[in-house]
Amino acid sequence: MDQKLQQKARQYRRDVLDMLYACQSGHPGGSLSCIEILQALYENVMRYDAANPKWPERDRLVLSKGHGCPALYAILADKGFFPKEELKNLRQYGSMLQGHPDMKKCPGVDASTGSLGQGTSWAVGYALIGKRPGHNFNVYCVTGDGESQEGMVWESAMAAAHYHLDNLTVLLDDNGLQIDGTNDQVMSLGDICAKYAAFGWETITVDGHNVDEITEAVKRPRVGKPRFICCRTVKGKGVSFMENQVGWHGKPMNQEQYEAAIRELEV
Amino acid sequence: MAEKKSTRIAYGEALAKLGGVNDKVLVCDADLAHATMTASFADKYPDRFYNFGIAESNMTTASAAMAQCGYTVFCSTFAVFGAGRAFEQVRNAVCYSKANVKLGCSHAGPSCGEDGGSHQAVEDISLMRTLPNMTVLVPADATEMEKAVFAAAKFEGPVYIRTGRLPTDICTAEDTPFEIGKANVLRDGKDVAIIACGIMVPQALLAAEALAQKGVSARVIDMHTIKPLDEAAVLAAAGECKAIVTAEEHSIIGGLGSAVAEVLAEHQQGVPFERVGIKDRFGQSGKPPVLFEAYGLTDKFVVEACERVLARK
Repeated sequence: MDQKLQQKARQYRRDVLDMLYACQSGHPGGSLSCIEILQALYENVMRYDAANPKWPERDRLVLSKGHGCPALYAILADKGFFPKEELKNLRQYGSMLQGHPDMKKCPGVDASTGSLGQGTSWAVGYALIGKRPGHNFNVYCVTGDGESQEGMVWESAMAAAHYHLDNLTVLLDDNGLQIDGTNDQVMSLGDICAKYAAFGWETITVDGHNVDEITEAVKRPRVGKPRFICCRTVKGKGVSFMENQVGWHGKPMNQEQYEAAIRELEV
Repeated sequence: MAEKKSTRIAYGEALAKLGGVNDKVLVCDADLAHATMTASFADKYPDRFYNFGIAESNMTTASAAMAQCGYTVFCSTFAVFGAGRAFEQVRNAVCYSKANVKLGCSHAGPSCGEDGGSHQAVEDISLMRTLPNMTVLVPADATEMEKAVFAAAKFEGPVYIRTGRLPTDICTAEDTPFEIGKANVLRDGKDVAIIACGIMVPQALLAAEALAQKGVSARVIDMHTIKPLDEAAVLAAAGECKAIVTAEEHSIIGGLGSAVAEVLAEHQQGVPFERVGIKDRFGQSGKPPVLFEAYGLTDKFVVEACERVLARK
């Protein structure tokens, strides 16, 4: 993997920690696990124009796991959708950076998410339009493993296959943990790739912290089906004491923890 | 009164007409196109019609996304599913993002008859009215429904349109105006005002006629827009008639009656007031006329309510 991209990923992680430490709330674990997925999309795949965020033919990104938005905000700021100084206002009154993404407030946010399970339906709606005459854009949706327990996800999976939405790619941030424990303790997902395949999707599994692998999977020639990419990730990735720890789903850091985390991520 | 026609048929016909003049109109349904009557549109414009199968949650959120691409999306199912089952999708996808989605929901109230209480939405107006950014329309008849569909398409933002299965009396004229948020006085009167919506409007007119026979002058207000409510029409009725009865094919909790009561209370209009509607109960199977009698939704009940408020003046 490219050195520069790795450095950039560390920078995004530091941004995430700065934001979350400042507001003393939010979700570190699931923000740190989806950095490379978003990085691959914004760096290597998606067509967008930060100066014209509502460009009708842009590719759409739906962050279905909306609680991971600090990762998205760090990347959107880096790509110029809004000034980086905004990051310090995460979760503050009047901020464009809401606790969960608000498309009415934040440039570059394509769907107001946070209510889990709805993002894949947002993505299906966008993909249906992307297929209409006069349009030609792709849709990427980053989902969580825990939210795949929502029944609505499977309604949208059925619709995507039915309408042959090969302009749609769902990327699962498969970190294995949710609020009350591991997925297997709370509600087992079983073989998630087999489930998507049974619904009529192409499925690929990649290392979710390897930008090259994610990029390659996203860019493969389409086979006339919606694509599901299971990105194997580590919750809390990059901060040793947060990695694979259920407790860091939504816990604020104290000063000591924050400083230790930042030290681990220094370039 | 002219021939009877259901508002759902008028809804479907209006969509088909609208599709001919506005190519940005898309229609979605959840396997009920022949019941909500979106089939009228689907037959003419199959490339602009999306069937989502029996999956209202997915349909509702996907409709929000489609609308965010610059389309006007009419999204239809039964009221109990559109406003009830998919409530949180209406809230967080449609209303929170202020998507240009029009929810055209049919089979509301006991007038859907034999299907029974599981299908007779008695709370949809209440649910939709509480949502920020939502406009709520309950047209009185088929003639008004067509105007409501065109007005909703012209309006930017979420709109809930309640439609019904039962053919009912046409009580408005082709040239009756329709403006969102502006009530129509269909019959003027000075002793009592009946503020009604949906299929209770023709019942209110029958009641006013019966009251006239008894020497009572009743004003009939067609409150086709529940939100934003025409407060001026309510306050004028309170000031001039000094007694108010509301009539709706919906629970008396949270719907038109509640909306009117809120306005009266906030403006210190302590006029005698009664709500005709469903008294905190679910519906059940039966022929619509039998249900209307059982649930207190005929002109007779409106007359009785008017007589009670008149006695309290």
